[in-house]
Amino acid sequence: MAFALTITLNGDQFELGQPLTVSALLAQLEIDARRVAVEHNLVVLKRDAFDRVIVQEGDAVEIVNFVGGGGSGYVHYRG
Amino acid sequence: MDTFTIADKTFTSRLIVGTGKYSSPAVMVQAHQASGAEMITVAVRRVNISDRSKESLLDYIDTSKYFLLPNTAGCYSADEAIRTARLGREAGLSNWVKLEVIGDERTLFPDNTELLEATRVLVREGFVVLPYTSDDPVICRKLEDAGAAAVMPLGAPIGSGLGIQNANNMRIIREFSRVPLIVDAGVGTASDAALAMELGADAVLMNTAIAGAQDPVAMADAMKLAVRAGRLAYTAGRIPRRMYANASSPVEGLVGQ
Repeated sequence: MAFALTITLNGDQFELGQPLTVSALLAQLEIDARRVAVEHNLVVLKRDAFDRVIVQEGDAVEIVNFVGGGGSGYVHYRG
Repeated sequence: MDTFTIADKTFTSRLIVGTGKYSSPAVMVQAHQASGAEMITVAVRRVNISDRSKESLLDYIDTSKYFLLPNTAGCYSADEAIRTARLGREAGLSNWVKLEVIGDERTLFPDNTELLEATRVLVREGFVVLPYTSDDPVICRKLEDAGAAAVMPLGAPIGSGLGIQNANNMRIIREFSRVPLIVDAGVGTASDAALAMELGADAVLMNTAIAGAQDPVAMADAMKLAVRAGRLAYTAGRIPRRMYANASSPVEGLVGQ
């Protein structure tokens, strides 16, 4: 199967069949949209933009959630 | 009722706890309960795309009972911390952030110049900023002037359990601060938490001291009592220290006099 486009998802290359909304991307990844925050090309999206913003070739997407922590750790953003 | 207020929220518990390093979610839930905390800090991290099997932290935190405080732990620049704070706001739907900008990997000491910059930006964006900082009265004042809603100096390095290393600085920060003073990091055991409160802290934030104890639930209870005891002692007003004894029984009427 040929992939139509490549994005950078949480720092890694990720292939998509076609451009799609953030909501559709989360659904494809089986991620509950209520539990995450999404950054699209360095812009943090409001939740109501998930249905509107289209992920396209070359885009950078970060999907984050809450994890256990109190003080610091060693996680850096890349890309 | 003894309460303290940060920005527009009033708390009765002066103990703020973390969510990291617990042996299991069940232990964490019990420890949170035992601590009596009302505010819980959580980290913001990338979702694991390839392995979706892991449960979400939020499955274990009753957000109707606890106020979530997203943190920027692990960020090494103002830019990273600002990005993370914005993401945390969208994930948690609250504009509060425990702001951390780390300057050194071994000590996890804060980078105070980056921290001050990030504080300014986030305050402008409407965040309630609680910065984790050094036990330095001057930087605490600068953070307050930049609009921080509280100052959170470290007692000792994160996770070190060394207790309050510079009690005199804490006293001075207490005198200087018009915003709440929260001792964040360094507590090892109950007496450390009590001392922080006796020095005049409004609250204490801890994670490892509870999560890393052999019995985290019992330690959470101990910390709850220590924070309460230290607060009461602070408000009660301790006696002055003196070099020599001062008898507490009457000196007259002794048998045989």
